[in-house]
Amino acid sequence: MSLKQNLHNLKEKYKGTKMAPAFNAIHTFLYLPNEVTHVGGTHIKAADDLKRTMNIVIMALIPCLLFGMFNAGYQHYAAIDNSLRADVLANFFTFDNLWIGIIKVLPLVIVSYGVGLLVEFIFAVIKGHEVEEGYLVTGMLVPLIVPVDTPLWMLSVAVVFGVVIGKEVFGGTGMNILNPALTIRAFLFFAYPTWMSGDKVWVYDAVNRTGTADAISGETILGSYAQNQEVMYSTFDKFMGFIPGSVGETSTFLILIGAAILIFTKIGSWRIILSAFVGAAVMGLIFNQVVAADIITESSKFYGLMNTVWWEHLTIGGLAFGAVFMATDPVTGSQTNKGKWIYGFLIGFISIMIRVFNPAYPEGVFLAILLMNVFAPTIDHYVVQGNVKKRLNRTKVKTA
Amino acid sequence: MGLLSKRDAALLTDPLADNNPITIQVLGICSALAITAELKASIVMAVSVLFVLGLGNVVISLMRNIIPSKIRIIVQLIVVATLVIIVDLVLKAFAYELSKTLSVFVGLIITNCIIMGRFEAFALGNGPWRAFLDGIGNAVGYGVILIAVGFFRELLGSGTLLGFKVLGDPIEKSGLYAIGYENNGFMLLSPMALIVVGILIWIQRSRNTTLIEEN
Repeated sequence: MSLKQNLHNLKEKYKGTKMAPAFNAIHTFLYLPNEVTHVGGTHIKAADDLKRTMNIVIMALIPCLLFGMFNAGYQHYAAIDNSLRADVLANFFTFDNLWIGIIKVLPLVIVSYGVGLLVEFIFAVIKGHEVEEGYLVTGMLVPLIVPVDTPLWMLSVAVVFGVVIGKEVFGGTGMNILNPALTIRAFLFFAYPTWMSGDKVWVYDAVNRTGTADAISGETILGSYAQNQEVMYSTFDKFMGFIPGSVGETSTFLILIGAAILIFTKIGSWRIILSAFVGAAVMGLIFNQVVAADIITESSKFYGLMNTVWWEHLTIGGLAFGAVFMATDPVTGSQTNKGKWIYGFLIGFISIMIRVFNPAYPEGVFLAILLMNVFAPTIDHYVVQGNVKKRLNRTKVKTA
Repeated sequence: MGLLSKRDAALLTDPLADNNPITIQVLGICSALAITAELKASIVMAVSVLFVLGLGNVVISLMRNIIPSKIRIIVQLIVVATLVIIVDLVLKAFAYELSKTLSVFVGLIITNCIIMGRFEAFALGNGPWRAFLDGIGNAVGYGVILIAVGFFRELLGSGTLLGFKVLGDPIEKSGLYAIGYENNGFMLLSPMALIVVGILIWIQRSRNTTLIEEN
């Protein structure tokens, strides 16, 4: 008997019982929707149901994940032997690097999916609805936005918190105000700050070696700039992602490929992505001008990040990843076209502002997106009201 | 109960469960968020409110027939303020460190909605004995939630209870910390207090579904 048949039998067997959603989930995931076009009549066929949407986002994320696995190993070995950085391309795609990725990054993915889907199953059984696909993307995003050395139990606690408080209390997929993946990230950041910032967590094994003779350090670029230090990475490294950082957010190049997939399939809004980059560039330019006008001098603690050239801000830190994969979440973002421009622009603008002024943590993308998530309905409200007013005026002019 | 009639007993027990000032009436939230990072502060706050509300209800109840209704809010404020100053001075005299932790929030008991609420809703219309029971009941209902929130926040946030290191020592890596456990710093921030109160409300409403409002 085939898997499909087995699952179908299970589904029939448990029909109507409390546990039904849990058994149906796999069948639903693999074989539904199974409607085919009937003979006769005219049909409008739309293939973009929730599950297909989610799958395309996951496909767009896969390059980032694979790159992140290689990068985990590369940063580890390069931190031990700095000469590896001389020839990145020769030393990057090696099996040793991938192996570190497999033992460090894959567990993050498995724990994220395992714990998150368990919570989803429990809620589906209690509330008696089908398991929703919403977690499939969140579960993939989460391991990509945490440092590689995040302890797995911390990730589990954060995932439970994020799924329950960030999503289920509001009514599940589609009802949440905040992006669940970012809620998880924010929880980790506020609950365990020593594991989410500093120079010890971004490179595999740096934590264990602290204080020993062969200690290794892997400060992120933002971390170095925040301390007014020079960094040793070239623009090419920064753009391609051969730098320390959260697992999947280092490679701006692959993120842009993901963005192209999302825009081409019309799943991610190009308005949000573009305006987020524009917003970040504008804020970066303003800071550059502030430095050029000698208002901020080298003695200031803001100097390092303010003096960063505006386009460089776009390639370092999590800005690109946040703008492409997080800000475009259709549930928590703005819905109106004009609203999307404002929403995206403010995300980029505020991200760079927080990046420069936040004393504890030189990155602001997740805070900026969460903040704008909260304001997205307000923006939409005023856009709609503005439109209503404009049209009312138009009728007045006609009748007058 | 032999000592109390059924009606009087309900004054004590109702605020503990289905008419809890924090989880059902959603009063006194500010102090529940602000001072519950430590269990000790929660307990002292609970006792202070118990004193102020129990005594204040009796005083207002005794004066209820001579307070002109136009200035009753001012009279109530003076009564609360007097009692709060007593609490504040006692704390400063006998527990100075703690009074610094509670800082402005002892003074802010005056503005705690539960106290003015009970004065208005109950003490102005009932005799001193019943007013006393009502005050005690509501203060205990408030205190129970405060202590529950304080318990979880201190245990998960600092790994201590009343200052004792119940989970081991985070610096010497003993107890739970030896296997990699870390304190949850988020628990010490006020937003987490709101979420803990929210979870308590959630638990209470799922146990007693009659409390869920229609909408």
